Amino acid sequence: MGLAEILEQHKGAIVNKWFQTVIETYPQDTARFLKNRKDQFANPVGSTTLRGLQGLFDSLFTDLNREQIIGYLDPIIRIRAVQDFTPSQALAFIFELKTILRKRINQALDDKNARRACDQLESRIDIIGLIAFDIYMQCRETIFSLRTNDEHRKTLQTFKRAKLIVEDSDVQPNLKSVT
Amino acid sequence: MSDLLTPEEMKANLDYHTPHSGWMNTPVNIRKGMYCYASNPKSVETLGLPNARKWNPMEEDWELPENWQQILHEGFKERLERFRSIKVFMDICVRCGACSDKCHFFIGTGDPKNMPVLRAELLRSVYRNDFTRFGKIFGKLAGARPMTANVLKEWWYYLFQCTECRRCSLFCPYGIDTAEITIFGRELLNLLGLNIDWIATPVANCYRTGNHLGIQPHAYKDMLDFFVDDIEDITGLRLEPNFNKKGADILFITPSGDVFADPGTYTCMGYMMLFHYLKEKYGLDVTWSTYASEGGNFGFFTAHEVMKRLNAKMYAEAKRLGVKWILGGECGHMWRVIHQYMDTMNGPADFLEEPVSPITGTKFENAKSTKMVHITEFTADLIKHNKLELDPSRNDHLKVTFHDSCNPSRGMGMFEEPRYVIKNVCNHFYDMPRNTIKEQTFCCGSGSGLNAGEDMELRMMGGLPRANAVRHVHEKHGVNILANVCAVDRAALPALMEYWVPEVDVTGTTELVANALLMPGEKKRTTDLRSEPLPGMEEEADE
Amino acid sequence: MNVHYIFPFLVVCVMFLISYFLSEAATGFKYLFGVVIPYLAILTFVAGVTYRMMNWAKSAVPFRIPTTAGQQKSLPWIKPNQFDNPSSKFGVLVRMLLEILVFRSLFRNTKFRMSEDAQSSYEMEKWLWLGALVFHWAFLVTLVRHLRFFTEPVPQALMLLESLDGFMQVMLPGLMLSGVALLAAATYLFLRRIFLPQVKYISLSSDYFPLFLIIGIAASGILMRYVPDLKIDVTAAKELSMGLVTLRPTIPEGVDGIFFVHVFMVSALLAYFPFSKLMHLGGIFLSPTRNTTTNTREARHVNPWNYPVKVHTYDEYEDDFREKMIEAGLPVEKE
Repeated sequence: MGLAEILEQHKGAIVNKWFQTVIETYPQDTARFLKNRKDQFANPVGSTTLRGLQGLFDSLFTDLNREQIIGYLDPIIRIRAVQDFTPSQALAFIFELKTILRKRINQALDDKNARRACDQLESRIDIIGLIAFDIYMQCRETIFSLRTNDEHRKTLQTFKRAKLIVEDSDVQPNLKSVT
Repeated sequence: MSDLLTPEEMKANLDYHTPHSGWMNTPVNIRKGMYCYASNPKSVETLGLPNARKWNPMEEDWELPENWQQILHEGFKERLERFRSIKVFMDICVRCGACSDKCHFFIGTGDPKNMPVLRAELLRSVYRNDFTRFGKIFGKLAGARPMTANVLKEWWYYLFQCTECRRCSLFCPYGIDTAEITIFGRELLNLLGLNIDWIATPVANCYRTGNHLGIQPHAYKDMLDFFVDDIEDITGLRLEPNFNKKGADILFITPSGDVFADPGTYTCMGYMMLFHYLKEKYGLDVTWSTYASEGGNFGFFTAHEVMKRLNAKMYAEAKRLGVKWILGGECGHMWRVIHQYMDTMNGPADFLEEPVSPITGTKFENAKSTKMVHITEFTADLIKHNKLELDPSRNDHLKVTFHDSCNPSRGMGMFEEPRYVIKNVCNHFYDMPRNTIKEQTFCCGSGSGLNAGEDMELRMMGGLPRANAVRHVHEKHGVNILANVCAVDRAALPALMEYWVPEVDVTGTTELVANALLMPGEKKRTTDLRSEPLPGMEEEADE
Repeated sequence: MNVHYIFPFLVVCVMFLISYFLSEAATGFKYLFGVVIPYLAILTFVAGVTYRMMNWAKSAVPFRIPTTAGQQKSLPWIKPNQFDNPSSKFGVLVRMLLEILVFRSLFRNTKFRMSEDAQSSYEMEKWLWLGALVFHWAFLVTLVRHLRFFTEPVPQALMLLESLDGFMQVMLPGLMLSGVALLAAATYLFLRRIFLPQVKYISLSSDYFPLFLIIGIAASGILMRYVPDLKIDVTAAKELSMGLVTLRPTIPEGVDGIFFVHVFMVSALLAYFPFSKLMHLGGIFLSPTRNTTTNTREARHVNPWNYPVKVHTYDEYEDDFREKMIEAGLPVEKE
């Protein structure tokens, strides 16, 4: 049996375990809610995470398409980038897939071909990890820009008001272009 | 190799997992991005509120008055007599957990202390310690704990992670309303001068200048004149809005956010165009006021008394100008205050007439006593009676969904009016899933004075359930605009959308009305209010 | 291990042992558990509940703050939701009845399901609602059924209720549905607190204690009804209870051990009631988000402690900005 088949066979269990490790990064009381509340609207974090992980796992066996991976990865990272995690905590789950996979295919590892396939798989996971860095940084940048835009807008308002007090404003700042 | 840690051991050392401890023993961890800056002492002073000083939540010492515990205890005691809601809500929770996963902040942050029941327990634990026999005898065992500096910090942190949206109250078998508890808790915190600046400064501004942004009267007029120019570019019509006009039929009050911040400004242009239309067609005389130039009321997020002080301007101005009744613009918490508080606080408004639409003759029975009508009720009535000429195809480039704002939903029950209006001015309308709209609507995540810049992470997490439902209709129906009837929404949702669903824009409902409104004598419109080309007019607009 | 449920569990166990063995030990103790404690408990219950209700009622209702859960009454052609957003007193009455009798708000707990063909549907999260409903109704039926011990002759309606409740007797003689349902529902509510981490996290001793008491009451009741060795003389039990009601207390022969456990736990529950969250029974009637009409703009509500506040008047405002207003062409009161 080839590695791909083994993994295909255990797909459900592996993804579940992977999902479990992500969920465990949340407080215990919350984890159960995230895991069991199946409603995608009442539990966006849990459902988005599960959907993304399933997609990511499948993409390991196809031609790695960056756009596709971003499609699965972005929703998860986007959530974790604003939650109470350090960057390493936010992204660690990707690399934990290696540990999970290795445990699953331990026996198959004796086979030389399987080991090579496994190495390849791990490199693919690393690539996903690297893409995750990009997404994470982009999310943080968006947050910072949203924050500074807000500051910017406030400052400009004050500026405008100040100008109006001086009453010499021929040129009024165009507030519409700011937000 | 054997001296290396296994990955599991290493992970354990890195502390990825939150240690499990009972909530009473888990100290608060004030995190950047999750809180708003402390109130500016000047703003606190303007209102004459206690303990104005410079302080920083991240520092150990919050510079509290020496007898702060006593102040809180006395304040608590007094309010238990003043508010039956608080007394009952402190006593009857059975901790069934029905509310626990209904809060957008819990859903987004996963922080257990954001479960509504636990947010309330933060206060209840102190209540039990101070006011119940069981609590005094059994202490922690009875869920009681004394007020300490740490508990106080926890109160502050989590009471400013609640948007008073009342979603939890909907599911509570006893109607326990966390909004009520948060309002009360913040009122107590204000006794110690523990407000956030995003609330305190607008409140001070509003007190002095009549509006949150501190816009002075001439500047307010300047802004509206600026819109007059814009509207002239779009329609070819020169509007003449009334200001502080005595003897006008109706006084119009809307949040100042509509005057000063995009995309609310387009909604403001919408109001102006609607009033112009009604003036030309039916001779209705509407006036704006620079004194009552704020519909919103951040006093509501400070203390009942402050809310009353700010709200007083509405009736006072209506009386001074001698109008018949008041029309209110699109705003969430403004309408909670008007609908459930204003008449009681500052009424009776016996100097006004019972509101009747002079155009359709409709009596607004539901506003008989308060004498203030919601613009959406007013417009829906006009449309129903065919009093507005509309061309909904002008909104054909928009696929619209509607975000029910918390306050008009769970503090009023205004669901069909805005939908009726939108469906009559737009051809493409799609509602979000049922358990995310109407009475079950999810908050924008930035209500109750939390729409600052520094707490962006909190806002993004709190708004996640809302954004998630928007994403759903965006993917399913191609929705590209999120309509609402709330100025805080218009200020907060653009950022939320930019982060979660960047393809979706935000609009007020009256902006959509004005887009579709066929105004007498207007030129052929080639753009919408945002100066974006109308469908089929792209080339003409380019010329 | 969690002190929040271990401690109340131990307390209830000790209560069981004390009442069982002491009442077996001497007649004096029977008098204590069968007469003195029940009387004290009833007194505490009545006085306590009255005090608590008066105490709540004493606090003001400054504003009408109903949670509106349906379409408001506004324009004549928009159909209002009379019961979820009641603008009339009748609507409020129905809303309260729905809350109290069928737990309307808990029932609202829906979840969204997306099926394979992308059709969406809604489903109720029904377990909490169902568990709570069974629990409370079974409790009520059991309570009413017990009135036969306190009335002579037993009213027809009670007999009818009892025969309905016992319709399963065809298979299991003497089995009362309500007792079993009560035990089952209370056990469910307990297990829920233990196994759902969210609920476990928020649960306090005061949540477990009444549950253990009620489980103990139901269990002891069932034991003395069905277990041959523990069966008690029902006539004697009634003699005792009638003695209590007629204020001529006696301790008849034929009641022992398990009966006193039952009575003691009921007494404990009664006495504990006014000091605890069990007061939600009375509190729900006074909950301002449910028991007020929503026509808040139509009819004025009066706040008993409304007081004048300092406002920034128009005159003060004009004084601040008069020149600028004149310059901008805004009308002013004083030139």
